[in-house]
Amino acid sequence: MNRAPAKNWDIEDLGEGRLALNMGPSHPAMHGIVRLLVTLEGERVVSADPEIGYLHRGFEKTCENVTWNQCIPYTDRLNYVSPFINNAGFALAVEKLLGVEPPARCQYIRVLMSEISRVTDHLTCIGASAMELGAFTVYFYLINAREAMYRLGDLACGARVTPAYARVGGLANDLPPGFAAEAAAAFKAVRENLADADRLLTRNRIFHDRLRGTGTLTKEDAVAMSVTGPALRAAGMPFDVRKASPYLVYDRFDFDVPVGSNGDNYDRYLVRMEEIRQSLRIAEQALAQLPGGPVNHPSYAVILPPKAETHGCIEALMAHFKLTVDGVKPPAGEVYQAVEGANGELGFYLVSDGTGRPWRVRVRPPSLPLTAALPAMVKGGYIADVVATFGQINMIGGELER
Amino acid sequence: MTGTYLTDAVKERFPEDVLGTHAFRGDDTVVIRKEALPAVAAFLKDQLGFDMLMDLTAVDYLPREPRFELVCHLYSTGRNVRLRLKCPVPAGDASVASLTPLWPGAGWFEREAWDMFGLDFKGHPDLRRLLMYESFEGHPLRKDYPIDRHQPRRDDGAGRTDR
Repeated sequence: MNRAPAKNWDIEDLGEGRLALNMGPSHPAMHGIVRLLVTLEGERVVSADPEIGYLHRGFEKTCENVTWNQCIPYTDRLNYVSPFINNAGFALAVEKLLGVEPPARCQYIRVLMSEISRVTDHLTCIGASAMELGAFTVYFYLINAREAMYRLGDLACGARVTPAYARVGGLANDLPPGFAAEAAAAFKAVRENLADADRLLTRNRIFHDRLRGTGTLTKEDAVAMSVTGPALRAAGMPFDVRKASPYLVYDRFDFDVPVGSNGDNYDRYLVRMEEIRQSLRIAEQALAQLPGGPVNHPSYAVILPPKAETHGCIEALMAHFKLTVDGVKPPAGEVYQAVEGANGELGFYLVSDGTGRPWRVRVRPPSLPLTAALPAMVKGGYIADVVATFGQINMIGGELER
Repeated sequence: MTGTYLTDAVKERFPEDVLGTHAFRGDDTVVIRKEALPAVAAFLKDQLGFDMLMDLTAVDYLPREPRFELVCHLYSTGRNVRLRLKCPVPAGDASVASLTPLWPGAGWFEREAWDMFGLDFKGHPDLRRLLMYESFEGHPLRKDYPIDRHQPRRDDGAGRTDR
């Protein structure tokens, strides 16, 4: 059954002096592909209707037809600007379903890589939104910093953007030797570039005027519309999954959750700037405390045995075969595991029927409630503020549309 | 099956409507009759302080009957507590009351569940497809939707929202 399509405006009765405008799907300020149907009265936005789905590729359906570990490369493509967080979140959810916990070293590395990812995401968001408002120089400073962080990911697992680093019960490999020194150099580069961007943006009159008081969302509205992450914290709600329900080893680190007070674009920008500094703090603590030992779970029922054992011991060979062909088999049941993604709560709801393939993989994308709240944020504002607001909600098509 | 404090509280208030509870891996879960969804959801929001609808989705359990299950994940910002609320939905009457009056954030989640599973949300103000296009036939996350079925978008303009 198909319903008659609803519209948010009608060309016949738009109203006197009103104008309907299509922003996107191919528009320089509509990151990736999204279409925003806006109705204008003069320069003021009367209503807006985001049309999404251009990047839908059936992630959840695909996952139902592969083994649990084969889902991990697909999770890279959810939020492709912070892929380690998706990797770690998905692996964590499957481990919760299995009832196992990876070794401490693995958990520290996952925290470290997640924070590196959060930094790359925030840098991209601030850089891109500044560029859309005309501050092109800042974009290069921040993308420079992002590249330093991407190189760390490359060093750890051999890929910049699509790492597929986590495994159920462990990691693809341990960190390479000399990683700590490389990381220290990269963090220094990020801090320098961030300081430059801070000097160029934070007290910049034009930037301030474009962001202050635009795209405002009150705390109550943000909670009612399921908004999480920097946008919720900018509205004054100190909700961060890393603090609220600590996962991995986040309870062992000292870090602050920045909170705004106005819920506008400027507060979102400030929250992100501070979160980059806090993420670097966590990453440095994780590196300093990094324990030794294995990175993978000891059980052959969870993760592939080391190659040397596969080639030299029949039990390991059998386990390798079973895990490759059938996959790891969690007990029948359902779990929900939330991690703090760069844009808010990233949740994985998994249903297992006891076989090697998921019955259902549901991703709770942080971008979805944010994009749903976009009409409420831009309503009544100027058309030019749509660009500022859209930049600050940092919609990522990969996770929004899966 | 022993319940937790939270699931017992819901069970005590709605003894007729709670079909079961569990806390597998520490996730408090309450399964209710779908007719009771608005009342239970309002109780959870107004009395127990679950002010945030974190997620809403569905699962297709074909060939089991009732075939579908609506799954809501609630969060209380005041008390930092989570609860999963589920209700079975039969294939013959794949409809359920919309939660948009309680949580406006349910709007897009329900549009997606309609799009992917064909669940009809009664009372939803604007139930359109979210990810697929309007002329798309079927609901792709149903278990009987073949994974290799191709459905190129028709170019006759059917279902376009801009005309």
